[in-house]
Amino acid sequence: MRLIFENSVAGRCGFKVAPAGVAPAHLPEKKYVRARPPELPEVSEVDVVRHFTNLSRLNFSVDTNFYPLGSCTMKYNPKFAEKIAAMEGFTDAHPLLPQLSGGGILAQGSLEVLYQMDKLLSEITGMAAFTMQPLAGAHGELTGVMLIAAYHKHNGARRKYVIVPDSSHGTNPASAAIAGYEVIVIPTDKNGYMDMQEYKSKLTEEVAAVMLTCPDTLGIFNPKIKEIADLAHGVGALMYYDGANLNAIMGKCRPGDLGFDVVHVNLHKTFGTPHGGGGPGAGPVGVCEKLLDFLPISRVVRRQDGTYMLDYTKRKTIGYIAPFYGNFGVILKAYAYILFLGKSGLIEASETAVLNANYCRASLKDRYESAYDKPCMHECVFSASRQTEHGVHALDIAKFLIDRGIHPPTIYFPLIVKEALMIEPTETESRETLDAFIRIMIEIARLAQTDPERIKEAPLTTPVKRLDETKAARELDLCWKSKS
Amino acid sequence: MNFVPHTENDRAEMLKVIGVKSVDELFRDIRPELRARSFNLPEGKSEFEVIQHLKKLSQKNATGLVNFVGAGFYDHYIPAAVDALSGRSEFYTAYTPYQPECSQGWLQSIYEYQSAICALTGMDVANASLYDGGTALYEAAMMAVRLTGKKKIIVDSGVNLIYRTMLYSYTFNLAVEFVETPVVHGQSARDDIFKQLDDTTAAVVLQNPNFFGAIDDHSDIAAKAHGCKALVIEAVYPVSLGMLKSPREMDVDIAVGEGQSLGIPLSFGGPYLGFMAVKKELVRQMPGRVVGATVDKDGKRGFVLTLQTREQHIRRHKATSNICSNEALCALRAVIYLSLLGKQGLAELARVIYDKTEFAKSVFAKIPGAQVKRSSPTFNEFTVQLPKNADEVVCSMIEKGFACGFPLGRFYKGMDNFLLVAVTEKRTKEEIVKLADSLEAMLCA
Repeated sequence: MRLIFENSVAGRCGFKVAPAGVAPAHLPEKKYVRARPPELPEVSEVDVVRHFTNLSRLNFSVDTNFYPLGSCTMKYNPKFAEKIAAMEGFTDAHPLLPQLSGGGILAQGSLEVLYQMDKLLSEITGMAAFTMQPLAGAHGELTGVMLIAAYHKHNGARRKYVIVPDSSHGTNPASAAIAGYEVIVIPTDKNGYMDMQEYKSKLTEEVAAVMLTCPDTLGIFNPKIKEIADLAHGVGALMYYDGANLNAIMGKCRPGDLGFDVVHVNLHKTFGTPHGGGGPGAGPVGVCEKLLDFLPISRVVRRQDGTYMLDYTKRKTIGYIAPFYGNFGVILKAYAYILFLGKSGLIEASETAVLNANYCRASLKDRYESAYDKPCMHECVFSASRQTEHGVHALDIAKFLIDRGIHPPTIYFPLIVKEALMIEPTETESRETLDAFIRIMIEIARLAQTDPERIKEAPLTTPVKRLDETKAARELDLCWKSKS
Repeated sequence: MNFVPHTENDRAEMLKVIGVKSVDELFRDIRPELRARSFNLPEGKSEFEVIQHLKKLSQKNATGLVNFVGAGFYDHYIPAAVDALSGRSEFYTAYTPYQPECSQGWLQSIYEYQSAICALTGMDVANASLYDGGTALYEAAMMAVRLTGKKKIIVDSGVNLIYRTMLYSYTFNLAVEFVETPVVHGQSARDDIFKQLDDTTAAVVLQNPNFFGAIDDHSDIAAKAHGCKALVIEAVYPVSLGMLKSPREMDVDIAVGEGQSLGIPLSFGGPYLGFMAVKKELVRQMPGRVVGATVDKDGKRGFVLTLQTREQHIRRHKATSNICSNEALCALRAVIYLSLLGKQGLAELARVIYDKTEFAKSVFAKIPGAQVKRSSPTFNEFTVQLPKNADEVVCSMIEKGFACGFPLGRFYKGMDNFLLVAVTEKRTKEEIVKLADSLEAMLCA
């Protein structure tokens, strides 16, 4: 498709600006004014509407395709949540209102949502309190590691290291490094668990925290999780829970009960808010009692009379993580989702997510190499190693699935599994959808043996065929340039 | 229902395929001693009940207040087409476009967004977005530290206090040194900045218009900073770029800002949009996702995520940033908004806002006892010195239906009587006059 810039016709405009209705003022001195107006597209409203509508149709999405993208929890996003987030009382609320004297009363609805979400997430995860400020999962990780750093600093401890397993999300080591720590990576043993010997040998009083995902990125729940936490606490380190995979365990176990001190949850994964093509998400962070004083400000508190207010009095706070109270519009959708599902609904979601993943695992394990041959939680990880013998790689399988109308699983992650295919069907998919996916995966396994070239030429049905990513990185073209 | 489609029969058949008797068996690795000690949540509600409950809560928020509060977050009109297009679920229920062949809609939209941000700022390359203006400023500061290998950052106190607080919060565990310089006559204090600038300086952080609404030309500061091999970071208000000198024209190295004003609702503080645009020689240290144009195997143009080797999912602890997702849907809103307004519309909008603000200044100046600060030109926001505590004034004006401005004493010592007033295209001449009249009546009472 042409770019919106390439449809530009000088003098055309897609929006009517109401006249100021006041006398034109003298312009500021020339040195403050730009030489030429910015080269934005000059198009009509119809042009804009048609352009972006047509672009939308070039995407796979949850609403149009099965989307078993591992680790991303691409479940159905309920429409009522969108309706709620669009209510004017919420969209028009200026975030500074409750910070003005007499302004708190103008934002009671929003403050109540934040307060109630803090309580709900605390109960779901077993933590003492949550901050809603972090704006995404990785942002929550950074917040969590900063809280840990503040805690150790306050206690006069000089700790340099954060431990992560080699199966972790890339954001874990990146967040730890950005918060000022050196990263120690622990390998995974032959059963898919963090190697305990290695772990014990690296765990010293210089370790600030251990960051874990549980179930981990292999879809496996580590039954030794409590022991891991106890060992960390034994040397004064804190336990960080990456909540990316919380969708597997709601109502079954809680990070707080397992001994985790800091938890982030991805509202856009577990709590059904849309992924938005890569954000906005939200990554609230929960802490145990001993970290409460370090939480970012402001905090929403409830007065005796049942009204809500912002509290800025935390002495040991790490400060502001976001400009205000988090991605409120996203928090609101997740709040509506939790109210709708309730206790049994959340349990049912986790149980079904695990059922669906195991169904895929059981149905495909004869055709694809299991990374670790045991029941999984909410996602299962295969290796395309058998197919690779015929020259068919995980990437080829992904592209063939696209031709069949299915968004590919996550591929080449976790990094420790060769040719990884990470499948997370989620609980909102029916047996028929899973069966159709399984049939295509079996067909691919067969074709890999009989006609591998057919897989390797995919995709053929998409607006573009395989793209030259090397050229993209070498001959950078990141911005449209006017030919004039 | 709970969005789970399975019937009892489905479950039974699926369990049979798996080879277990019950779903519980699948959770056997979560041993009894690891089980949840509590899960005390309310039972679910119907869709109707949830909607009613949230509607009630939304009505507990004030609506219909005439809003003159800005302070970096503005009440602009959002064209209906922005909601309609960004509300297409082919956009909002997709994820990061890792598989380019089935994500060309997203990838091209983001490429167009990057191009629009480059057009606005005059810079060479923009990323696919960051969380908000504050995190964008922090990422820019870290980028300057990486690029220069130096640790000292000079921060103009005309930079929004919210962003400065975020900057200091994020870096408390890092060896970065911040020096704040004052605002003099509304603008960046050259003497103080130049005194601080030396060979150990990584960056100078500025904002235009600054928090007090004053506009500036930072070209001289950029020239001096470059002489010390320091970078210049400027936070900008994107709507003002329909009129004001662009960061590129001032030779700024990294332009960042809050994109909320580009078609994104205030929504009580988020989701917003951090944008970042840089000179092309800095691109490999720029954090966040980036979309590039390339060709497919038939030579047809297509778009992909590129420069991914800087990113956490490949570089892990050596990545330029930990950012994974960004604010794609907000970036989409911004590019739709900027396409609708276009070259002409944005210039007109900026002019209308400027004219209305100048009008408001002239009306406020006539209020007895009030003094409009005129030492430097402004764009959409200005400060007024009142004969009373501004916080109290704001409080009493709320009862009259006006959010009349932001009391500067909340952020700046010694400015208890100062009010920061923001004007957007939504504020009419009549509202401005009525606010001034009410203020006058109250101050004289």
